[in-house]
Amino acid sequence: MVPALRFLLVASLVLLLELACRGGWISPTSVIAPSAMLAGMIGVLRSGDATVDLVATIGRVAAAGLISAVGGLVLGLALHAVPRVRAAVEPVLSAWYAIPTIMFYPLLLVLFGVGAGAIVATAVLLAVVAMVASTLAGLDRVPPVLLRTGRVLRLGVVETAWRIRLPSAAPYLVTGLKLVVSYAFIGVIAAEFILSGSGLGYAVANAYNNFDNPAMYGLMLLVVVLVTTVNAGLQAVDRRFGRFRSMPGGRGA
Amino acid sequence: MTRRLDPVFVLAAFLALWQGGSLVVGDTGLASPMAAVARLLVLAARPGFRADVADTAGAFVLSAAISVMGGVVLGCALGLSRLVGRVVEPVLASLYALPKVTLYPVVLLLFGLGGGAKVAFGVMHGLIPIGLVTMNAVLQVRPVHLRAARAMRLTTVQTVFTVVLPSILPDVLGGIRIGVPLALLGVLIGEMFASRRGLGSVAMRAMEVNDGATLLAVAVLLSAAALGINAGLGRLLRGRGPVG
Repeated sequence: MVPALRFLLVASLVLLLELACRGGWISPTSVIAPSAMLAGMIGVLRSGDATVDLVATIGRVAAAGLISAVGGLVLGLALHAVPRVRAAVEPVLSAWYAIPTIMFYPLLLVLFGVGAGAIVATAVLLAVVAMVASTLAGLDRVPPVLLRTGRVLRLGVVETAWRIRLPSAAPYLVTGLKLVVSYAFIGVIAAEFILSGSGLGYAVANAYNNFDNPAMYGLMLLVVVLVTTVNAGLQAVDRRFGRFRSMPGGRGA
Repeated sequence: MTRRLDPVFVLAAFLALWQGGSLVVGDTGLASPMAAVARLLVLAARPGFRADVADTAGAFVLSAAISVMGGVVLGCALGLSRLVGRVVEPVLASLYALPKVTLYPVVLLLFGLGGGAKVAFGVMHGLIPIGLVTMNAVLQVRPVHLRAARAMRLTTVQTVFTVVLPSILPDVLGGIRIGVPLALLGVLIGEMFASRRGLGSVAMRAMEVNDGATLLAVAVLLSAAALGINAGLGRLLRGRGPVG
């Protein structure tokens, strides 16, 4: 019932836009009809113009996501191990998203030059903190009884981390990963859009500068479809893991 | 006791890292903290730079105000019906997770190249999270309270002002704390693309001439402003009892 209504709502909004555009209430120089957007998307995909940009963007998101996930995990583990430092740094973590990190992109451009380096670095700045925070949240919720059992069984530090801490923290790490990917997308596409020579963000900006509305709206639709699909997939995975999170004892593995 | 000095230690460690990085990379790539602060003082004396600061601040205040008011109104309107809330929630959530930069050209086409576009873009960033948080908070309002309001035959507007808003205030402030910095982000992205005014465009112009000191000066100014706003909202939040 609810999903059907949701579909109906989105469909009728799209239809309304279609009618407004076809009826001439909205000028095609500002917004084109959804059907024309779809045609534009198929056009850019068929012609292969967007392929290079699509591959470039996905590669950068993957790189930024990987760096943020691994770096955030390591940083989170390190901070958790030293509570004194963690207490000092935690306010910075919670205030991090107030800082407009995109302002560091021009600086990173000066440091790395125009290219993938500055784009990935900007995305990492945006994404890494989500992973650090999720790692800390996950490690905080490792059931003490399991740690005590581990001590009884004389597990080493590495084995405790591998067999107890990581599995227990896994649901939180999955949430962190989900956030990392969506922030990586935002960071990469924003950086590409502002200044770069390739990528979907660049392609949209380029089409805008050339007044190529069919291509621009086609690319926008491509970005929206791509990001929404990836986010929805990760959301589904996250929800599956979330079930474990609410279980008493936090069985995460 | 030593806890109180923590921020000082964190700041000192940060400055040491920055200084170290500047020594490694060289002053042209990464200006030292001193150079950045000195540049900020030089810039502050220039009327042109002050006009840019005022431009960004004005656009930010306007878009933050519209985001807060629009978000709260939208959240209350959508949250009062459980069905509407459940239907709309995932749609808003996926809009929130979207890289809205790609949609900036639409805003430019609709609002033109003037100051309106970046305000609208700031609102696009700030309004959705505030609306989302408000809506979820309204859905959490205790049904007894709403039933009591109905028993007393309050109108919808009266219910919102006397029952709903007071009980969701902490959550709304939490949402504002998420949305307001995003409004600033939206304004800045707007200024960095196809704009000749505001701090975003100052940064882009500095980048074109490899002026690392100005870039850092702008970044420091904006980070300090953002952290100050965040801390102020946090203080407001702590004075409001439990947070949902």
